[in-house]
Amino acid sequence: NVKEFCGSAVRGIINVETVVNRVMNKLSPLHDKIYCALSGSAADAQTIAEIVNYQLDVHSIEVGEDPQVRSAATLVRNISYKYREELSAHLIVAGWDRRNGGQVFATMKGLLTRQPFAVGGSGSSYVYGFVDAEYCRGMNKQECQQFVVNTLSLAMNRDGSSGGVAYIVTIDEHGTEEKVILGNQLPTFFDQ
Amino acid sequence: MEKHCTDSRVKGVSTGVSKPAPEYVSSKTINKVIQVHDRIFCCMAGSLADAQAVIKSAKFHLSFHSVQMESPPQVIAAASVLKDLCYKNKDELQAGFLTAGWDKKNGPQVYVVSLGGMLISQQVTIGGSGSTYIYGYVDAKYKPNMTKEECLQFATNALALAMGRDNVSGGVAHLVVITEKGVEHVVVPGDKLPKFHDE
Repeated sequence: NVKEFCGSAVRGIINVETVVNRVMNKLSPLHDKIYCALSGSAADAQTIAEIVNYQLDVHSIEVGEDPQVRSAATLVRNISYKYREELSAHLIVAGWDRRNGGQVFATMKGLLTRQPFAVGGSGSSYVYGFVDAEYCRGMNKQECQQFVVNTLSLAMNRDGSSGGVAYIVTIDEHGTEEKVILGNQLPTFFDQ
Repeated sequence: MEKHCTDSRVKGVSTGVSKPAPEYVSSKTINKVIQVHDRIFCCMAGSLADAQAVIKSAKFHLSFHSVQMESPPQVIAAASVLKDLCYKNKDELQAGFLTAGWDKKNGPQVYVVSLGGMLISQQVTIGGSGSTYIYGYVDAKYKPNMTKEECLQFATNALALAMGRDNVSGGVAHLVVITEKGVEHVVVPGDKLPKFHDE
């Protein structure tokens, strides 16, 4: 899941591929300050991310400056929409640009919408209520990171296909910071 | 959903009823919290037709049992009656129940009877189509030994969040507080529910 806070975006991802890999990093860089979170079919999602990475490089050379987050999201959306019958992946695009600060875009099945925060993946259904209740505008960086970590922990607790490790990426005007939190270091909640 | 507070039970239910695909909501104001005895209530889930039929039969069995025992039935007795009906007819039925109440022997309790007829006791449970969206919220926010007001607020919030996300949940929220002293109904219409951040 991904959220925007005052000036940047924090994204977190949980990692378990059902059989193949329990620690896949599903946060894929599209550019220095733009990342995307993969969910759904890993093959489809990785391929889209690689293609968009290339297209964004070309685009940023053409305009002569760092690309906007919206541009990256639009490129993802174009692919998702054109091949929506064949693909089954949802990429959440988030990052920071000079024009609009931190932004989060959802691109499921070819839509493009900017949101204050987004959640996706199999474990996301269990935490819709939690993120609706707990999100507020104007959180600072620490609060945001804590919010993401809590959400991931709750989802991992309930979803059989989620678990393992949590990757968190924080992007703001000063740069990009990647963090890994192991399963046993995540916060625990009420467990029956 | 139901929870166990210090000395009482709070059960809450939202009221949408729908048929499966193609999805059609036939009523938004069904009361799914049914009283099966003075201090024992059940929330229905699954096929409402099946659930209503099972509850009708269970109510009769329970009142007969209570006459035989010459005392109010225990909550687990009510839950067991439902469980027997669900388990013995598991091939035909598609109904689950959350049973909660108060009895003299064990105080407030909550039991879940699942679709196939499993019976377990829990501190807090949720069920129904909208429940998937609030597992995270309930896990995060439930604390044992809440007061009655905290409990009611927690249940109302959870229902509001579920109704906000699930397209076939909605309408009215029915809450029931069961204590040794009696039973209190709280009804919250959809527009009076707490509002959360909406994207």
